[in-house]
Parts: sequence; C-alpha cells; structure tokens
Amino acid sequence: MQYVFVLEQVLNGLLVGAYYLLIALGLSLIFALGGIVNLAHGGFYAIGAYLAVILTDRVGFFGALVASPVLVGCLGIVIERFLFRRFYRSDPILSLLLTFGLAMVIEQGLRIVFGATPLPFSIPAELRGQVLVGDFIYPRYRLFIFGVALAAVTATWFIVYRTTFGRVVRAGVQNPDIVGALGISLAPYMTAIAALGVGLAGLAGVLLAPIAGVHPAMGAEILTAAFVVVVIGGLGSFWGVIAAATLVGVVRGITIYFNPSWGEASMYLLMALVLLVRPRGLFGERIEKFE
Amino acid sequence: MITKVSRRTLLKNTAGSALLAAVGMPAIVRAQADSIRIGHLTPLTGFLGPLGEYALMGVKLAAEEINAGGGVMGRKIDLVMEDSVNPQTASAKAERLIERDKVAMIIGEISSASGLAIGQVANRMKTVFINTGCNSDALRGTSCNPYMFHIEGANSMYVMAVGQYLLRENMVKGKKWYSLTADYAFGHDLLRVAKKFMETNGGQFAADELVPTDATDFSPYLLKIRQSQPDLVVSNLAGNQITNFIKQYSEYGLKFPVAGFGFDTVVAWGAGKGNFLGIWPLVWHHLVDTPSSKKYVDAFQKKYGKLPDNQSWGDYNSLKIVAQSMNEIKSADPQKLAEHLRKGAKFDVMKAREAYFRPYDNQMAMEMYAVRAKDPSKMKDQWDIYDALGTVPGPNEDLETIAPPKDGTCKIG
Repeated sequence: MQYVFVLEQVLNGLLVGAYYLLIALGLSLIFALGGIVNLAHGGFYAIGAYLAVILTDRVGFFGALVASPVLVGCLGIVIERFLFRRFYRSDPILSLLLTFGLAMVIEQGLRIVFGATPLPFSIPAELRGQVLVGDFIYPRYRLFIFGVALAAVTATWFIVYRTTFGRVVRAGVQNPDIVGALGISLAPYMTAIAALGVGLAGLAGVLLAPIAGVHPAMGAEILTAAFVVVVIGGLGSFWGVIAAATLVGVVRGITIYFNPSWGEASMYLLMALVLLVRPRGLFGERIEKFE
Repeated sequence: MITKVSRRTLLKNTAGSALLAAVGMPAIVRAQADSIRIGHLTPLTGFLGPLGEYALMGVKLAAEEINAGGGVMGRKIDLVMEDSVNPQTASAKAERLIERDKVAMIIGEISSASGLAIGQVANRMKTVFINTGCNSDALRGTSCNPYMFHIEGANSMYVMAVGQYLLRENMVKGKKWYSLTADYAFGHDLLRVAKKFMETNGGQFAADELVPTDATDFSPYLLKIRQSQPDLVVSNLAGNQITNFIKQYSEYGLKFPVAGFGFDTVVAWGAGKGNFLGIWPLVWHHLVDTPSSKKYVDAFQKKYGKLPDNQSWGDYNSLKIVAQSMNEIKSADPQKLAEHLRKGAKFDVMKAREAYFRPYDNQMAMEMYAVRAKDPSKMKDQWDIYDALGTVPGPNEDLETIAPPKDGTCKIG
C-alpha cells in the first residue's frame, strides 16, 4: 500500500464532498425552518438536470447554470405556497406522505414527457480536460463544481448568518411562536427559504448532469445519500452539513480504495457510528419544536 | 328512504371510478372473444427502465405488424403488458397473467433475478416464457427448465463476441485487466465467465472490483485504475451504471483501452457527445446488414421516430417467432409450442444466418456482434456512435461454438 494513493483518495474525497454538499444543503435548510422532510428533493434535482439539457441548446451551459436553478426555485415558491405551507404545523407523517407523493409525480412526469431513456449530455468544451498536480489528477470540471459549490455555500451562509433576513429565519427555526408574537410574519421567509433550498437542488442537477446519467430516476438515486449527509451533520445544522458532506466523500473514497464493494455501505456505517455517539448528529443543536 | 346525491358527490364518484378504471386495470387492449393473448412482462421503472421502454416499443410494433398481416390462425394478437418491478412482483404478475388473463405465453424481462422467478412460474404452470433480456448463464444451466426459452444471448456468448476481437488485437495474453463488475446476480455471473475466458487465454487481473448498483460517482474507482496502469479496463457493469462510468471515464481523460462484456446501445446513446469509447458486444444492432434487419429499422423509425436498439430487437423477434410457430403448428397450446421450439425450428432473426433454440438448454443459437466506438469527430449525429466490428462466430463455424458449454448442469435435454 502506498500512502500517496490514499492521500490522493482523501483529496478526491474533498472534491466529491462538494457534490454531496450541493444535494444535501437545500434539504437541510427546508427541514430546519419548516420541519418538512422533503422527500421530493431528488425530484427537484432531476428537474434541474433536465432543464439544463433543454436550456443548454438555447442559452448555452453557463446560461443554463443560472437559469435552471432560478426556474426550479420559482417552482419551489409555488410548491411552498400551495403545498408545504399547509403542513408546517401538522403531524410530520403528513408532510412525509405529501413529499413522497410529489417525488413520484415528478419522476413519472419526467418519464411521460421525456421517456425513460437517459438524455445525452456532456461537459461543455471549455471545461473539458484535466489538471495534473504533481502526480495527482483533477478533471477541470470537478474543480469547477467545487468552485461553484463553495460560492453557493458562502452565499447561503451570508444570507442566513449575516443579514436581517437570516436573523429572522434563525429565530424562526428556534421558536416560530415568539417570532410571531413580535409581529413578524414568517410566511414570506418560509417561501424564500423553500425557493433557496429547492433552487440549490436545481443547481446540483445542472452541475451533475454532464457527469451522471440524466434519467427520470436520477433523483431517487441521490436522495438517500443526501439524507445520510443531513443526518450525520445534525438535522438543520449548517456547518454540520458541510462537515458531513466532506466526511462522507473522504470515507467513501478511502473505503473504495481498500474494499470497493463496501463503497456505498460505508456512508451508512458512518451514519450509524455518528448516531451512536451523538444522537443529534455531529453539530445537531437542540431545537425546541423537534424534541 | 331517499338519499339525495348532490351534483358534486356524483361528479366526485364518477371521476373517482373513472380514475380507478384507468389505473386499477393493467394495460389490456380490450379483447375480442377469439383473440390470442400474449403476456409482456418487463421492468419499466428502476435502473433497467430505459431498456424496458424499448422492449415495449419492439413488442408493440411486432403485434401491430402481425395483426395487420391477418393475425395468428386468423385471430388477432392481444398484448397484456405489465411492469415486472422486482423478482417478487415479477413472479406474482406472471402467475396472474397466466391464471387470470389466460395468456397463451409470456415474453420479456431484463433482470436475471426476475427472469429466474418468471421462469419458475412458467415451468410450474407449463406455459412458455421467452426471455428477451436476461444474460446470466445460470438461467441456461442449473436454473434452466423446459418452458423457459432464451432469445437473449447468454453471458458466455457476449464474452466470446468481444473476446474474439480482444484476442485478435492482442489484448489478452500476458495482459493485465482491470475489471469493474455490477454487484448483483448478472454481474457475478458475467465476471465468472469473463475470468474463465481471460485465464484460458493467458491474461490476468490487475484487479477485479465489485461496484454497488446504486453508485453514481465513479471517481475513486477511476483513480485506482489510473494508479494500477492496466492494459485493458473491462466493464461488467449494467444499465445506468454504464452511462455514469463512460461519462466519468472520459471526464478523467484516462487513456487505457476499454472493453465491455455486457452492453446496451440505449445507455451509450444516453451518455452524450464525446463520452463513448471502447469495444462492446451486442446481440443485434441497427447497422446489421440483412434485408429483414433493414426492414425492421425502417418500420421502427417510421413508427417511433428513432432507431431501434438491441432490447427492442429481442421483444420484437420473440413475438414474431411465437406468431410464426403458432401458425405453423395451427395451435396456441403451450405444450405444442414448447415442443415445436425445442425441435430445432429455424427462424429469421434479422441476422445473416437463421437461428434456432438448441434443445440442450433452450438457448437460441445465433450470431453475435461486436461494435467499436467511433471517433467523436466522425459522428454524424447523436445516434451515430459506433461502427460494426464484425460477427461471431465466423461464417464457417458452428453457431453453437459461442453458446455456453454443455457442462451437464442443465438437465432438460
């Protein structure tokens, strides 16, 4: 065994972490504020990818990179206004059923409109190629994903932790009733957060479409991994998701180096271990309304 | 007592029952009393869903053509089509097709695990099942039965089809292979056959690794491949895995030659420009140059506006074979049909030579093909991704030379 190869897997795992982060961050946001476990998150990711394929023909890949998440975010606004909003205060099982149904509607809808066969899509010519650092190889496109993920996370962090808007959102996470008593209506904040969370799923869809198959079930494929990341990080914790995504990327890479058939199982083992030691996840806070 | 039914309730109930009728019933094209029902059972969802969609297109086209040409013994063909989902559901639905829908026989399936389940039902209920997409050799060996027929090539045949070209290009003897294998029944079976071929011909593994079917990111595997510097990268992957693998292989720009032992054109069409590479085996492809092949490609394109793939070939030809056989024996009796198929009746399956089911294991003895990815700059459109490499076995060799070895594990002969 050569340590340098393990190191290469660790560094690659950090890059892959960006991939997990993108699909998990929106899920975490929506859960933290509204308490809705959004099983349709993968569906929005798939819609983002399909929009990327359609829009790239018209406005190019970089146009699609902006337009697709915005459109998916708008869809998020509609879904929040007419569906999510009815379930914030009800039994979680109801919102689970709702989003589970929504996920199936989206998957079947994509299948009816586009067919079950994957749509062809490639990395744009500008981002093809690889960067060699010493003996290590990094595709330019992965570095690009990493950069965009970093920007998206920084922007989200800024919105949640450095703006008045974010202060209300964080207060709403802790105690919606007091926020209401202070005369602040949480409804528009909820809508904005849902749009942001769903839009992030759309962004992940655009970014991954060139390197993963674009097919109706692609959302279901990533959903479990996204949940594992959120649970490991601690439900609703911003830094927890970042730490967990990185950890999952690295642990999976190392596991595949030593024993490939355990690759996908490693993240579930990691989750079990973390939950044994810290039942609320790595950075899970005690949130009144979920106890 | 008179119950008042409001307009609203009435509307609700009517809409409800209409909806129920639409979703509750399987896709039975309402049967005339004297039609012949054929069951079609294949996965339409999940990671084999893309292939199932083409299977449906193939079998529907065949039914249309048969009915337009006067049907079977003057009776129309009625397709009863179902999504097989997984082995448990496949087994239950196969039983229901035979008992409730009274189908004359069943065509379909792609997953080797579900194919085994349907085969067992077919055997128990003495109904013919033609497998159009399960490759596992085990279905032709220990799990074979007299009612299960295979128009799909066995893993052995796929390995031989590509293997001949690997031998010719000196990619086996003394070479190191790095193989990635889908971690389920099909992959394990294929790995076993591929390993035997490689060892017989003097090659060795740099590594052989199992990949879970839900893996979407291949980067850790690609790094390992790069580190081990193999002479050949071998894919024993399945379905959408192949799409993800070839997309990311070209993302990492690795230069090792690639060959696969299991393949479907649809997953490569779905990969996108500049992502397809390597040598792959196929049971049939749209470039096969025979009159019936060309006729099929034209008819398929006319009906669906796209090219047919290898999966649609299997389901289309299976129904054609059944119709032709029933017309010849003038009966839809399953016992007689099975006997006829096992007696060595020859069929035009769009290949240069006619094919037949060999009685040892009910495997169709036929030609197989290999294709090589085209240089991206020479591709005319999104469908134009490979060139025909050739046909196996050669014109003077016996068709059964590539079939699974008659090792005595199948006891129906």
